[in-house]
Amino acid sequence: MPTEAIAWADVTSSPVYLDAATAAPLHPVARQALLAALDDGWADPDRLYSQARRARQLLDAAREATAETLGVRPDELSFTASGTNAAHTAVLGGLRGRRRAGRVLVHSAIEHSAVLHAAEQHVAGGGAAVEVPVDRLGRLDLDAWSSAVTGAQVASAALIAASHEVGTVQPVEAAAAACARAGVPLYVDAAQLVGRVPVPPGWSVLTASARKWGGPPGVGLLVVRKGTRWESPWPTDERESGRTPGTLNLPAVVAAAASLRAAAADAAAQAARLSGLVDRIRARVAAEVPDVEVVGDPEHRLPHLVTFSCLYVDGEALLHALDRRGFAVSSGSSCTSSTLRPSHVLEAMGVLSHGNVRVSLHAGSTEADVERFLTELPGIVADLRRQAGVTGL
Amino acid sequence: MSATDATGDTPDSPAGNASSDPSGELPDEVLDCLGQRCPLPVIALARRLPELPVGTVIRVLADDPAAAVDIPAWCRMRGQEFLGSHPGPTYHIRRTH
Repeated sequence: MPTEAIAWADVTSSPVYLDAATAAPLHPVARQALLAALDDGWADPDRLYSQARRARQLLDAAREATAETLGVRPDELSFTASGTNAAHTAVLGGLRGRRRAGRVLVHSAIEHSAVLHAAEQHVAGGGAAVEVPVDRLGRLDLDAWSSAVTGAQVASAALIAASHEVGTVQPVEAAAAACARAGVPLYVDAAQLVGRVPVPPGWSVLTASARKWGGPPGVGLLVVRKGTRWESPWPTDERESGRTPGTLNLPAVVAAAASLRAAAADAAAQAARLSGLVDRIRARVAAEVPDVEVVGDPEHRLPHLVTFSCLYVDGEALLHALDRRGFAVSSGSSCTSSTLRPSHVLEAMGVLSHGNVRVSLHAGSTEADVERFLTELPGIVADLRRQAGVTGL
Repeated sequence: MSATDATGDTPDSPAGNASSDPSGELPDEVLDCLGQRCPLPVIALARRLPELPVGTVIRVLADDPAAAVDIPAWCRMRGQEFLGSHPGPTYHIRRTH
């Protein structure tokens, strides 16, 4: 029997939600677990009374379940206040733990902005960063990566497992092997993989974000493998093995763990289903929208995400037009960003950045959703081009 | 991106070319798109270039940061020759067909 879309609540019925790479709608299992844990998991797990012991049990169970899904030891896993916080902590902690080896961070040009912002802070504080380019499909330049990580004073390296903007899967195992030869620990941002596809081996530090797999917002994962030289960059705090300070949102952590287990159990079937829908989007957009560039690696890609750019179309106008027709998507075009700069990922690939749309599917996305989008998109783009007077250019 | 780039391997970004003329050729025409947001500079280029004889070199002045990505991408998609860029920011394109 073919895999069906999960019957989500009304979030996805009429408006078509196609921005799962930002945040997937709350998984039904997450909702149930969250409501139960609000009653049971409000106390501080570090205190010595019965309510606290109940909270401790919930936290321990959430950690064990999540660690098991990731294939790591429970004491290697810390929960954080967000995916961004996990990424900042991973980068800065890796640099701090290896400060005697040097102050150079190697990273790809297409890291998530959270990683780049941590790198900027490191550079502003007197450190250095080496950015490794990608090709037009968004694939890491492995030769440049290998020579960068073998350079002098390299403390750590950061690589996104697959691009959150264009979906191109990165050669994590080969990049990890180059790091291992150089004795440099590798941090992998696996936010788009966890709960969807297996994470390749070879990394020392890993992060993820619960809202990407249908968990609630405000929960990140930080994994530091045993034996990794890593030191928390934050003021001392006894929680979460001292890796990240502050009281956890325990009900959200419980919901994140429950939904990750559910998402992982269904991941292979959903990945196959969504990948077929993405193939259909790639083919139909290229065939039915004139002057469009579908970007990213067509084969070595995430199952749920596709990005394309429409020539002569204003990205912000396109997002608004799609929203009016009930489609929620995101964009890497400069006019849609607060900084008015184009996406650094599209820039690094050298692909068209205006008129850009990222479509990302989740386990509740249906074939009918995708068909409706594909049916309406060519007319929406044609209308915008007609209004701008650029038809036939 | 403010991270330092010790590899220097960013072929698609406006290069630190010291010459005042990125292509080494004098442009036949200048298209002033300063102050225009993308995609307007690309639209202006797409309108003007076909009106000029094949072989013409056009200089586009465009300070929207997206132009640095989108003008070379347009040349690639349309089979026109992107000759180079210069922090000015100016871009040189030759009509090839």
